[in-house]
Amino acid sequence: MKTRRFIIFAFFLLITGGISAQDKDIPMLKFSDLEKLLHQKSDSVFVINFWATWCGPCRRELPEFEKIHQEYTREKVKVLLVSLDFPSRLDSGLNPFLKSNRITAPVVLLNEPDANAWIDKVDPGWTGSLPATLIYKGSNRLFYERELHYQDIYGSIESLINL
Amino acid sequence: MKTILSIVYLFAAAHLLAGEGLKVGDKAADFKLKNVDGKYVSLVDFPQAKGFVIVFTCNTCPYAKAYQNRFIALDKEYKAKGFPVIAINANDPAVEPGDSYEAMVTRYNEKKYSFPYLFDQKQEVFRIYGATKTPHTFLLEKNEKEELIVKYIGAVDDNYQDASAVKQAYLKNAINALLSNREPDPNSTKAIGCGVKQKT
Repeated sequence: MKTRRFIIFAFFLLITGGISAQDKDIPMLKFSDLEKLLHQKSDSVFVINFWATWCGPCRRELPEFEKIHQEYTREKVKVLLVSLDFPSRLDSGLNPFLKSNRITAPVVLLNEPDANAWIDKVDPGWTGSLPATLIYKGSNRLFYERELHYQDIYGSIESLINL
Repeated sequence: MKTILSIVYLFAAAHLLAGEGLKVGDKAADFKLKNVDGKYVSLVDFPQAKGFVIVFTCNTCPYAKAYQNRFIALDKEYKAKGFPVIAINANDPAVEPGDSYEAMVTRYNEKKYSFPYLFDQKQEVFRIYGATKTPHTFLLEKNEKEELIVKYIGAVDDNYQDASAVKQAYLKNAINALLSNREPDPNSTKAIGCGVKQKT
């Protein structure tokens, strides 16, 4: 009886754990695909965070982006996490990380090794270090090449949302 | 007059603090940093060199690790031609313990680096150069006055994932250009890297 109860409990954990974590395959994008997402003409505020699991400050700030993603569900704010993890470490690095940190915000993996060809197209001021974040609405764009805190992201969104 | 001077000074200081760093065409400063063998190394110690490949790198960043063997190959090929590699770790070990001086010595011995691996313990040199990440390379060439002029800044090549799939060897092309008395084109490129670790 005890064993049966335990199995039911474990099954319950498995299901609830599965719901909160990423359960879809991470889309792997080339820059030409991602670029469209950096210039969307709509009245939404887009929060695009460039990060990687091997980057300490990125790991620190990621929960703040997740929080924003969960808080702004009713408003026109869309968070996208663009991972620059090595594609070869998708299953050993990125997926387990997203699961254990219960990240539900959309994640894509940018597989474009020649960064020199696309860094300037994200923002000409970006030198290439991670983390980096683009927050935009229409043609109003804010770009940060540093670790952000909740207040930074919140403040940027609020400064754009009523424009 | 004094006020104007101090305002000018303030602007200059702000400019330095903003970490503008070196640009192509600028004169690069020499430095004196501790090597993994305990001895201090300066660029003036290499009178035969035509220039230098200064690489800000570290032990821990996956991008830096992906380029370790390529730096060894680069040094082997270009030291004899007058452009030795000088690697510098500027990460603060208090933030990233894997980049301590002791860990540098271990990595140097494991990888059998053919070039100096220097520790920018005070985190001054990377700021003067304007390195923002690892790896970040600066190609310097000596002019007729023995000054060090920045000729190229940026990426090693266009494929961190696979050395055998490189199409544009930016840094190599830049050195080859200097060796045949041409200016590198492009003279600056960008790459993804890990930010230099500093206390916040």
